[in-house]
Amino acid sequence: MSDSLNESSLRHLARLACIELSAGELDHLPAQFHSILGLIDRLQQVDTQGVKPLAQSFDLPLRLREDEITTRDQRARFQSLAPEVADGLYLVPRVIE
Amino acid sequence: MNLDEFSLRTLCAGLRERTFSSEELTQAYLQRIEQHNARLGCFITVDPERSLSQARAADARLARGEGGPLTGIPVAHKDIFCAEGWLTTCGSRMLSNFVSPYDAHVIQCFNEAGAVILGKTNMDEFAMGSSNETSFYGPVHNPWQPAHVPGGSSGGSAAAVAARLAPLATATDTGGSIRQPAAFCGISGIKPTYGRVSRYGMIAFASSLDQGGLMAPSAADLAWGLGTLVGFDERDATSVARPAEDFNAPLDSSLEGLRIGLPRQYFGAGVDPEVARALEEALRVYESRGARLVEVDLPHSDLSVPVYYVLAPAEASSNLSRYDGVRYGWRAQQYGDLNEMIARSRAEGFGAEVKRRILIGAYVLSQGYYDAYYLQAQRVRRLIQQDFLQAFEQCDVLMGPTTPSTAFRFGDKGSDPVQMYLSDIFTIGVNLAGLPGMSIPAGFDGQGLPVGLQLIGPHFSEARLLAIAHGYQQATDWHARVPGQGEKA
Repeated sequence: MSDSLNESSLRHLARLACIELSAGELDHLPAQFHSILGLIDRLQQVDTQGVKPLAQSFDLPLRLREDEITTRDQRARFQSLAPEVADGLYLVPRVIE
Repeated sequence: MNLDEFSLRTLCAGLRERTFSSEELTQAYLQRIEQHNARLGCFITVDPERSLSQARAADARLARGEGGPLTGIPVAHKDIFCAEGWLTTCGSRMLSNFVSPYDAHVIQCFNEAGAVILGKTNMDEFAMGSSNETSFYGPVHNPWQPAHVPGGSSGGSAAAVAARLAPLATATDTGGSIRQPAAFCGISGIKPTYGRVSRYGMIAFASSLDQGGLMAPSAADLAWGLGTLVGFDERDATSVARPAEDFNAPLDSSLEGLRIGLPRQYFGAGVDPEVARALEEALRVYESRGARLVEVDLPHSDLSVPVYYVLAPAEASSNLSRYDGVRYGWRAQQYGDLNEMIARSRAEGFGAEVKRRILIGAYVLSQGYYDAYYLQAQRVRRLIQQDFLQAFEQCDVLMGPTTPSTAFRFGDKGSDPVQMYLSDIFTIGVNLAGLPGMSIPAGFDGQGLPVGLQLIGPHFSEARLLAIAHGYQQATDWHARVPGQGEKA
């Protein structure tokens, strides 16, 4: 089902994944993808009729908790890690003129 | 102080009896790291002042007659665990400037126990790799043969323990990242049952598979540390509440009548003859101690690698979407608009293997492929889990090789990523099924490289697994061998 992954579908994936690809990567990734997809395509041969997907090791329902504030405000501390901040806000290139 | 000879139990006794202080012990390990790290590349970060101040605090605690089994013991932590005030890189340029503002649950547990953070260990980038070659900080070298890989992704922790640069190390295992490097470096490693160790503050790769664990020379050392590592944490939604357990007491239980299951699929073609021979000898040791061997079937085991390479990249592509160069981590210097800033920051911040897996993940989750790849992989995952559960109806533990071969040479797996992926064939199934697994040293090949014996148990059978491993280590001394000392008489 995945015989070909050409440069244009690779560009599409890179857009979905938000990763800029170099010319070199666009050149050699298709062969590596071909090999990986060859590996995972083996799953298509397996009869899984009636088998329920297993998302994690135990079929336990995820725990819920009360919607309460449990942490203190650490904005200044967290923002000290950011590349660019001003007035308590994270700065990025202007999106709206 | 001869650090080759100690066990955690004797180190703890030495600290309690004031034979040496934690400060002296920490200093001794820091000196060894200083001597050997340039050659081995085990540690990304060491911070002697910070470690020694923790050691002095531990000494004060011990002087008051307080503290537990790990008080004053230096522990190396895989650089995937966030530790407050420590650079926490996950082996990536993306986090090369990230000084964690908080502690992972695991780090918090060790700190509260009074253990000393000895440093942060090297690893494959975002734990994606089986050779430690994908680290932004350069490779780790196998202490037994420097031209060979230490395994991955927890290669730094494994090599540090093997070279006795640390008596205990934390590690994580998503598809074999504790057991495979433990095997390649000739040490003992345990990956507990999924849910036993909190993932809070453990940088996420594939959340339904990731699990923290430990590495040390022997199973008795692992038992000594495991009580501190496991426990319920409400900050991890998949954390499992279990009654507190003593992992030390059952260590000496008898192996008489133990039923060892040997999966046919783990002993076929593809296993190096020298690995197979070491394993046969290990099984003979178990038989001589009263264990019985039973052949079992894991019919879907050859599908574990394909299932893993759908599910792990899918989860990774989602988990790693948080790295956008906005709130923390790497940001590109040159960019135009917002999209370009994010796409370029990710292009520069991630290495080749990480990008490959994110792209594969985006592919298998994309419109038109989700059912065929992602859901189908989850269905086969259930078949794989059922295989294990059925096998445990006939046996108490499964044994086999941890890896098909001993540590390979740098660059040996070539440019086809699938060759590397297939080397994890025996370890991945355990993660898919959420089971506990161990690797313990079981001899050497002709090149002097260690062979690992894998033990797999039913869910929550860690105490039993450790006892089964300890029984073997009572009869053998492979776990006591140290690289660079030649064969002991």
